Amino acid sequence: MSAYNGKYAEELMATAKYLATPGKGILAADESTGTIGKRLASINVENLENNRQALRELLFTAPEVAQYLSGVILFEETLYQKTQDGKPFVEVLKEKGVLPGIKVDKGTVEIYGTNGETTTQGHDNLGQRCQKYYDAGARFAKWRAVLKIGITEPSELATQLNAQGLARYAIVCQENGLVPIVEPEVLTDGDHSIEQCAAVTERVLAACYKALNDQHVLLEGSLLKPNMVTPGSEASCKASPEEIAKYTVRTLQRTVPPAVPGIVFLSGGQSEEEATQNLNAINALDTVKPWTLSFSFGRALQATVLKTWSGKKENVDAAQKALHVRAKSNSEATLGKYGTGNQEATATGKESLHVKDYNY
Amino acid sequence: MSAYTGKYAEELIATAKYISTPGKGILAADESTGTIGKRLASIKVENVESNRQALRELLFTAPNVCQYMSGVILFEETLYQKTLEGKPFVEVLKEGGVVPGIKVDKGTVDLAGTNGETTTQGHDGLAQRCKQYYQAGARFSKWRAVLKIGAIEPSELAIQQNAQGLARYAIICQENGLVPIVEPEILVDGSHSIDKCAEVTERVLAACYKALNDQKVLLEGTLLKPNMVTPGSDAPKLSAEEIAKYTVRSLQRTVPPAVPGIVFLSGGQSEEEATSNLNAMNALDTIKPWTLSFSFGRALQATVLKTWAGKKENLEAAQNALYIRAKANSEATLGKYGGSAGAAGVGTESLHVKDYKY
Repeated sequence: MSAYNGKYAEELMATAKYLATPGKGILAADESTGTIGKRLASINVENLENNRQALRELLFTAPEVAQYLSGVILFEETLYQKTQDGKPFVEVLKEKGVLPGIKVDKGTVEIYGTNGETTTQGHDNLGQRCQKYYDAGARFAKWRAVLKIGITEPSELATQLNAQGLARYAIVCQENGLVPIVEPEVLTDGDHSIEQCAAVTERVLAACYKALNDQHVLLEGSLLKPNMVTPGSEASCKASPEEIAKYTVRTLQRTVPPAVPGIVFLSGGQSEEEATQNLNAINALDTVKPWTLSFSFGRALQATVLKTWSGKKENVDAAQKALHVRAKSNSEATLGKYGTGNQEATATGKESLHVKDYNY
Repeated sequence: MSAYTGKYAEELIATAKYISTPGKGILAADESTGTIGKRLASIKVENVESNRQALRELLFTAPNVCQYMSGVILFEETLYQKTLEGKPFVEVLKEGGVVPGIKVDKGTVDLAGTNGETTTQGHDGLAQRCKQYYQAGARFSKWRAVLKIGAIEPSELAIQQNAQGLARYAIICQENGLVPIVEPEILVDGSHSIDKCAEVTERVLAACYKALNDQKVLLEGTLLKPNMVTPGSDAPKLSAEEIAKYTVRSLQRTVPPAVPGIVFLSGGQSEEEATSNLNAMNALDTIKPWTLSFSFGRALQATVLKTWAGKKENLEAAQNALYIRAKANSEATLGKYGGSAGAAGVGTESLHVKDYKY
């Protein structure tokens, strides 16, 4: 048999295509309880369920934002939460044409015999969990694999384990109606050059697509969430958005089959403004791009929002407006139409969001 | 390091792009001495050098044909042959804007422990041979790997051996200035369905592109020469539109956009079938980031051979036959073929030979 063509095949393809709509992108709001705790701590807000609920309600009900989003990735707790008025978040999103997605991995664990490399867990009972999430309204999933660049990294072992882990997750999702977002993040940590990042990213993506083929994943019903190709966070030379665009798109041209409808970049440690500019340069590039190139941003959509909100009801309006600014900017970037002059890029928008060895 | 970035990188990219020019394709005239002997025998012509030279001169000097060709694949003997007037074939082609290419593999050998599966040899001294061919004027090369469909075939062993063999050949070519055409032919022999062919083709192509990535081949400086996705030769035939749909889908699932062009082999298809199928692919309204063209041997030469029959007086008619097929296939690469070339039953004959060896 070729790729998955079971009962969800048509729906998966339609969903993936919708998620890949030009002008739209994904809000990654799937921070685990631990991780969202750190974010809340940074604005002096206590990590309680009602605060987590308040933040996500702020995000999902922000006026004029839904038009720029095709999907939102949720953490499990959030999938079952409601607005203060008692309306399930999932309904709020669906009514606005925003598809709910769900993070299904269970974090990383170290690989024995490597220099701190990891693989991602979460396969146990994944089929049943996906079914549950589908029943709750989710239509896509996300699983983050992590690789790092070092003298002997990523090792072939780490590359293979992560690629096979992603492929296994992907087919289980498809069998249960969820479009898998395949996320093989190559961390920016390090002082390596953009060329090295390109070489590693190509190698990793090639391994991923071989594994996806091995495991009969229906590419037309999947999305890719890769890192952009950039110099390391500690490299002496920074690169312009045009350079980043050139290397990133070339890397994708060399590895991602055209059957994949959309590529939604992670923002890594980039500032809000950097992430948008790079995405814009990528879309402005005049070259062969058979997949749409959009965003799946967490920090790069929420940093200013968080600071503006600071946990206070009276700041909700301003915080929602901040989200609108970033969502609109990124939407324009997916069309290669983002102009640097007229957006309200605040100082926060330019602040690097890099955290070494980032764990969600 | 990422992919090959040595001294020939820019040239390889430019050559591959040129060969992928829409409206043009490749004439596969690289039949080995043994194989061309069979062709000549079928028209009762003796397999001597002068006859092989005469046939190729007929092909390369055919009027108005060069415009439809971006390249011709040659056998080693032909690379060094000349016209009767003493002009090297390589020059004739270059002047016509046709890039000379060279077959560099040395045929298939059986894989122990398999059910008649094979791998392809030719790696020994390949770098030196490529250098020589480059000096003689060649700018691209070809290597044919062969897989078959059976109850348990192709085996993982056969796929891996052939994929790695192709990748090794490809990087050596690039290091020596030749654009490698990567040809993983899955034979049409058998009674399998088109779905089965698609499944196998996707598996084989995925293995190939993983191997090419492993061995740092510069995809922008390569071409792919795959089989179309069709039912087996003993299975019921399907329309050109179905073949187009399955073929393009298999390619969408496996061939990265960095590859500039895909040039199909014709396998055992008749001249008319091959053209129709190619046309249907190019007429398909779907994502196709690579050009889709032809690298035909039998599907360009069958009628030519019959018409020539080894006789000087038939030269013009034979060259005209080539012109007809070349033009038809050129139109097919643009999705504009109207079916006008398949006149009078000629060109519709199946050219399938079981377990075909070049």
